[in-house]
Amino acid sequence: MYLIYALFSLTLMGMAFGYLLGIAARHFKVEDNPLAEKIEALMPGSQCGQCGYPGCRPAAEALVAGEAPPTLCPPGGRALAEQLANLLSLELDLSGVDDHLPMVAQVDETLCIGCCRCYKVCPTDALVGASKMIHVVVADACIACGKCVDVCPTECLKLHPVRPTLKTWRWPKPLLAGA
Amino acid sequence: MNDYLLLVLGTALANNVVLVKFLGLCPFMGVSRKLDSATGMGLATTFVLTLTAVLSWLIEHLILAPLGIGFLRILTFILVIAVVVQFTEMVIRKSSPVLYQVLGIFLPLITTNCAVLGVALLNLQQESTLGQSALFGFGSALGFTLVMVIFAGMRERLALMNVPESFSGAPIGFITAGILSLAFMGFAGLSPH
Amino acid sequence: MWKPYLSMLFKPGTIRGGVHPEPRKEATANLTIETAFPLPSILYLALQQHVGKAAEPVVRVGDRVLKGQLIAVSQGNVSAPLHAPTSGVIADIMDFPSAHPSALPTPTILLETDGLDEWREGIEEIDPFTLSAEEICARVGAAGVVGMGGAAFPSRVKLNLGRERRIETLIINGGECEPYLTCDDRLMQERAEAIVDGIRIMMRGLQCQQSIIGIEDNKLDAIEAMRRAVAPWASQMAVAVLPSLYPMGWDKQMIRYLTGLEVPAGGRATDIGVLMHNVGTAYAVHEAIRYQKPLISRVVTVSGGAVARPRNVEAPLGTPLSALLDFCGYQPERKARLILGGPMMGEALPHANLPLVKGAAGILALSVEEVSASDAKSCIRCSRCVTACPVGLLPLEMMSRIRAGQLESALKFGLKDCISCGSCSYVCPSEIPLVHYFKYANGELMAQQQAKHKSEQTRKLADERQARLERVRQEAAAQAAARKAQALAQAEARKAAQAAKASQSARSAETQTVESAS
Repeated sequence: MYLIYALFSLTLMGMAFGYLLGIAARHFKVEDNPLAEKIEALMPGSQCGQCGYPGCRPAAEALVAGEAPPTLCPPGGRALAEQLANLLSLELDLSGVDDHLPMVAQVDETLCIGCCRCYKVCPTDALVGASKMIHVVVADACIACGKCVDVCPTECLKLHPVRPTLKTWRWPKPLLAGA
Repeated sequence: MNDYLLLVLGTALANNVVLVKFLGLCPFMGVSRKLDSATGMGLATTFVLTLTAVLSWLIEHLILAPLGIGFLRILTFILVIAVVVQFTEMVIRKSSPVLYQVLGIFLPLITTNCAVLGVALLNLQQESTLGQSALFGFGSALGFTLVMVIFAGMRERLALMNVPESFSGAPIGFITAGILSLAFMGFAGLSPH
Repeated sequence: MWKPYLSMLFKPGTIRGGVHPEPRKEATANLTIETAFPLPSILYLALQQHVGKAAEPVVRVGDRVLKGQLIAVSQGNVSAPLHAPTSGVIADIMDFPSAHPSALPTPTILLETDGLDEWREGIEEIDPFTLSAEEICARVGAAGVVGMGGAAFPSRVKLNLGRERRIETLIINGGECEPYLTCDDRLMQERAEAIVDGIRIMMRGLQCQQSIIGIEDNKLDAIEAMRRAVAPWASQMAVAVLPSLYPMGWDKQMIRYLTGLEVPAGGRATDIGVLMHNVGTAYAVHEAIRYQKPLISRVVTVSGGAVARPRNVEAPLGTPLSALLDFCGYQPERKARLILGGPMMGEALPHANLPLVKGAAGILALSVEEVSASDAKSCIRCSRCVTACPVGLLPLEMMSRIRAGQLESALKFGLKDCISCGSCSYVCPSEIPLVHYFKYANGELMAQQQAKHKSEQTRKLADERQARLERVRQEAAAQAAARKAQALAQAEARKAAQAAKASQSARSAETQTVESAS
């Protein structure tokens, strides 16, 4: 007797709750992953690929899925890593990002042959040049992703650290950090 | 009115579900690193607890007791809790994707939060009315949220301090929780029970 | 408009925080300013000795210049020109180490002195009170006068504010609260009339009627001298005695003490109708307007345990600091630290082969006994720093958050309002370098701001590149379509021509057949 009551009531309850949940699911449907879009908006957007993912959107999705650490974006640097860690409440290990000197690509003018392979791959159009003419890097636009260094046939393109000037010099973090 | 207020206060402070009854310790330790996530978790649990207390009372008195199938109690209650938590998850995902991301696995784990099942069962033990059950649920959840917020604030401060390495993280958290529990013993005179 | 309410809340005479370091001024306070400093053989004139954009040189290598001649022009509104401190030949214009803790190179004009000290023309005395306010401000700017207390902010910009907003009181800062420094003290004792003249000129430039000269109570002779000098204009100018406290010379502290009004956080003194200038700046204005002599030298205190004959020296700008120290009996083996400015807010220099700049009030060579260089220990949350902070901030909270890397929450505790006075570091029993943390944090925040800016710029460039590629692709597609259409048209034309030829040949064949048939 009780068995029938039990079976009946459980089945009915299950069906009722399931139906209610189904209605709710349709009502509260979430189209896309808005968090990934928010993260993507924070990133530089140059699709340089230094993080290992084929672009900023896949990197954002990997962050949301928890597969990538917040320090994954070298051009974003510490600022971006802090922002991402704050947004996602993740642990932040800055040991890999610390003291990363800003770099800039430079053309060695004695070796450049004007083959035009470099500016085709630059994600920010920081390379200027024409066929059989010596190319040059617009330092302000360069994000040091290294793609040009990879394709240059004469290895005239190299990444150099940017020399600190009075305007870019910063106080270092106090080493005597209190025992 | 006074009785209800006393009931809520008594449940929130004197019989605090986390620090006196020691239920719901999993999210208490797991989500209390940041104040924002702790507040969000507290509010989510409040919603789940109150709704569950009401629904479980209704099911017990309308279905289980009349049909005499009391042995299905725990099963049914868990079903109710799971449904409510699913619903809460959907609402949170829609309204605040950041909170959803931050809470992560702890949101569906409210289902296994012993405080929720505990409150539902305790209501039956005390043979309270529907109103009393609802208040009991709400009061417990209020106490839970209060303690979460206090503890999260403390843990944020602890993160800035020079804690010895062997103690940093969970160990100093537990010690703090213990001292906090001792402090809440001071409310013992408040409870009407 | 809320001024009257604020002054009801705060009575004049309130001070917040502050510390009492030992003055250590006895060594130089009673010696006259040395005016016979031997001219160095080369003067190193940095193009950036002021806040704002660096000046641009208007001379070339090899040019001969006279004393007071313009050698670099100001760039834009917040900038100051540079003048030759003595006559000589421009030896080079190059990047030379700057008077900064990093000693990083900065564009500098090297002037080889010829020892003749020949002035340029046009340095006759004129009556400043025939000039209009705009004229005065313009001439102050043209003379390269900047804040001589150390801030080196172009004075013309501050004087111009007098015409934009109503300035009711000009406060002259004779505080000099830093230990060791006595240059302002001696200037007030020896050249009081000139300073008062400069103040009156500034008042005319600002179109303001009242001025108060604030002097600390440990400078009794200076107070006496200045009181005598302002006596003829007692209705407009007064000398106010301030308690000796560090940092009394901080403008907002002095304004609050003298007027009872508190400058709001993030606001400026002009918001409440007050402007402040240093006594040294007043003297420079007097020289610039009455005698038409630009800013080419300054009085600097040379002191410290590693200096045998400490003295105030009036030296030309660009003098190597090593020359100044040697003149005062420098003992390098006793030196533990070189400081430009005072010991509380000054900056430690790596070596003395750096030039004297407009904002350098002192050069100190401190010995081992005068420097405390022990390791920092843990913060014990005693909150002595909170009591000492003149701005009313919480140094211990800011420091613990900066140490943990939470710079945003440090900002919430008022990091931007910190004036880096050093009071908190001075009183800390654990000897934690608090101000170092705050300077580091401000630098990090600025770097993050620049990184974010670069990030946005990169995104813009990447988008523009995508747009360009899209444009190229569309043009190529359009051209291809055009070529295809042309080819199609040609093919049609050829087909039509062929058809016409075919029908023509068919007709001729027909005619032939008909002809042959007939």
